[in-house]
Amino acid sequence: MLIAILTGFLFAILLFFGGKKLVNHKLALLPTLIPLGLFVYFVRFIGEVSNKEFIHKTYEWIPSLGVNLSFTLDGLSLLFSLLITGIGTLVFAYTSSYLKGHEYLDRFYGYLSIFMGAMLGLVLSDNLISLFVFWELTSISSFFLIGFNNTSEASRKSALTALGITGIGGLLLLGGGIVLGNISGTYSITEMLAQKDFIQGHEHYILAACLIFGAAFTKSAQFPFHFWLPGAMKAPTPVSTYLHSATMVKAGVYLLFRMSPLMGSTSFWNNTLLIVGLITMVYSAFHSIFRTDMKGILAYTTISALGILVFLIGLGAHESYLAAAVFIIVHALYKATFFMMTGVVDHQAKTRNVTELSGLRKVMLPVAIAGLLAAISNAGIPPSVGFIGKDLIYEGTFHFEHSAILLTAFAILTNVFISYAGYVAGIKPFIGKLPEKFEKVKFPSFFLWFPPVLLGTLGFIIGLFPVLIEKSLVKPILWSIGEDAAEVHLKLWHGITPILGLSLLTIASGIILYFVLKPSAKKEAFITKFEALSPKSILENFNRAFSKFSVLWTRIFQNGYLRNYVSVIILFLIALMGYTLVDGTTYKIDYASFARLTVYEVVILTILILAIGLIVFAKSRLAAVVATGIMGYSICLLFVFYSAPDLAMTQFAIDTLTVILFVLVLYKLPKYLKLSDYKMRIRDGILSIAFGGLISILALEVLAQPVNSEISDFYAKNSYLLAHGKNVVNVILVDFRGADTMVEISVLAISAIGVFGLLKLRLKSVERYQK
Amino acid sequence: MEFLLAIITGLLYAAGLYMMLRRSLVKLIIGLIIISNGANLLIFLLGRITKGHPPIIPGDSKIFTEIYADPVPQALILTAIVISFGLQSFAIILIKRAYQVVKTDDLDEMNTIEEDYK
Repeated sequence: MLIAILTGFLFAILLFFGGKKLVNHKLALLPTLIPLGLFVYFVRFIGEVSNKEFIHKTYEWIPSLGVNLSFTLDGLSLLFSLLITGIGTLVFAYTSSYLKGHEYLDRFYGYLSIFMGAMLGLVLSDNLISLFVFWELTSISSFFLIGFNNTSEASRKSALTALGITGIGGLLLLGGGIVLGNISGTYSITEMLAQKDFIQGHEHYILAACLIFGAAFTKSAQFPFHFWLPGAMKAPTPVSTYLHSATMVKAGVYLLFRMSPLMGSTSFWNNTLLIVGLITMVYSAFHSIFRTDMKGILAYTTISALGILVFLIGLGAHESYLAAAVFIIVHALYKATFFMMTGVVDHQAKTRNVTELSGLRKVMLPVAIAGLLAAISNAGIPPSVGFIGKDLIYEGTFHFEHSAILLTAFAILTNVFISYAGYVAGIKPFIGKLPEKFEKVKFPSFFLWFPPVLLGTLGFIIGLFPVLIEKSLVKPILWSIGEDAAEVHLKLWHGITPILGLSLLTIASGIILYFVLKPSAKKEAFITKFEALSPKSILENFNRAFSKFSVLWTRIFQNGYLRNYVSVIILFLIALMGYTLVDGTTYKIDYASFARLTVYEVVILTILILAIGLIVFAKSRLAAVVATGIMGYSICLLFVFYSAPDLAMTQFAIDTLTVILFVLVLYKLPKYLKLSDYKMRIRDGILSIAFGGLISILALEVLAQPVNSEISDFYAKNSYLLAHGKNVVNVILVDFRGADTMVEISVLAISAIGVFGLLKLRLKSVERYQK
Repeated sequence: MEFLLAIITGLLYAAGLYMMLRRSLVKLIIGLIIISNGANLLIFLLGRITKGHPPIIPGDSKIFTEIYADPVPQALILTAIVISFGLQSFAIILIKRAYQVVKTDDLDEMNTIEEDYK
């Protein structure tokens, strides 16, 4: 099974190396073999799965973290795998004609295969962490596919929006997975199921549920995150067909389905899904009737359909799960047909505007048939599978325990809008008179018209013989979420029931609406006025404000002035250290020690203080340099007093050299000016004194602590015995830590070379005449 | 005595920081020198000071017989002095060179960040 998932990735890598040659004109159909082969592979499992024999496979990945590539093939995964590979096959074939001769066809197939592999991994994963990884991979491949026309700014922007929204969702999913993992101690969904009651009673259950919701709602374009999906329609039509109607956007629904037996049947879970699904389905169904772009119409009806699915899962009853399971199949069939049909129209007639298109049946009859089939199935007219789907939805709402009438009314309203939108997109472009400008439209090639017709017809075959999917797919789906499926019988004709009446009402209202309401640019302009209030523009404004804020922030902190950086760091340090010193210090001043001060010490300390003062307040550079020298020599004498003869010698030599170097370059430097004003000097002075005071206190604090002389004792003891030297400092430097000293000498040598080079270097004429 | 040295160390840090906050490049380097001296003194002080007993084993014995100054901070400071000299000497020459090219030692005028943005 791992191989099946990895095939897509492997193929993409292969294309990377030999894509251009492989997928040239003649072999454009070759990639189709990949999804086809996988489809056949998954079809073979139908037998086992329909006998309730689910397949589990585990490959170790990071066992120490409990992250494994464990895969489960149950009814739900099988349905999605078949959709992914089956519709994938048609989309791959369709692409070979749709993007015929496109410069980057190989790239496109690469992205598609990666997506397919990721999507398979997503629906087969039993481990929440590996599910997250595949989830992110679908977002990333979707990003590349939406932005495939990378010369168009709008498509790049849409790709970024989609990535942003679904990327946030991915993070939430990771968060949810980790919370669930912490609660239950495992990342495996199957193992979590055993602890269902514990998880639902846990204090973090709500948090986990919210994170899972966030992931599912962003991926499945639920309100208020729905806006990335209409934007994603900038992608080439095969992508819209594959990702944004049939598979990827259903990943959120899949996740909710998968988690329902674990986290569902609490009022929080069900009510949230119910409300969000309801808002989404009504809101976007309503929006769809104002659109004139065929893809725009389909995008909104897709969101609405996803809303219906979330809503049905939210109902959480046996009937609604059944309805959702069937509706996933129904929707995938007719919506993919719609999209491919739209793609052909766009490809041949170069427009997708329904107000312009008409009479196209005369030039592309098979496409018109596909559109008709899809529109019928979409509207739920018998004998299409759409009728069964719609029936089950009403069954689900009508038999719900609370406010059944209200929910059914909303469902009918949504379905009326959706069926209207289906007529506009699927029938209107093909009927009526053929305008002159479309008379020259060429008949599409085989792989353009055949896939939609095939899918559309399949919808009718299943509608006439629902038993085809009943045992093989629908029952296993219910089993896989722990529902009993013995009573499930899919039928086209239920006899005369209230549900039948509702279906007829929907169909009739949809047709009436079609004749009353005509799509026009005016109506679309009307609805776009409200966009200023939509979540999309709110997000855009937020983004704009955020980038302004970050510019401001950067200007303040990354201002390019060294002294500001230093000041900020020091201020922070003072605040931090000052805060810990608030408790008070432990150092006690030993006044008796002052009596032991010798006159030499007092003199040296006085000179040192004077020298420091001179450096700070000197008006001439020479004075400052001389004072620096005095300071160095005073410290040198301090070293002499306090038993550090080696230090004294080094300090003396080094200080002399520094002063000499300074004097050497002194006369070549500009005037020694006071560049800063009075205020700044006061400010810096206060900051410096605070910092110096803090260092003093710090030193005194450390002095009050006991000293650990273990290392010193070792060196002192062994200096002569091991290294045969009596000057311990010397022995440490040249023997115990000899290698360090070696490196230190090389640093000095490098610096000497640098100094020598800079001294010898002549200015280039370009540099000399600058300024 | 420790108390006075701690104050002196703080003073060195304060003076060094103040000089580093100036706009002149020369003052910046002087500030750097002062702070490195301050750091040396701090390490020296925290290793505890001992008067009149350098860490040298007396001529006739093989180990120390009486108290001795801690050799480890001294070794550290010795290294620090030498390395900071490498830094200082290079920086001093660099000031000269920079002045030859840009004709200023004012850090604000040397700042090219504004031009980079345009």
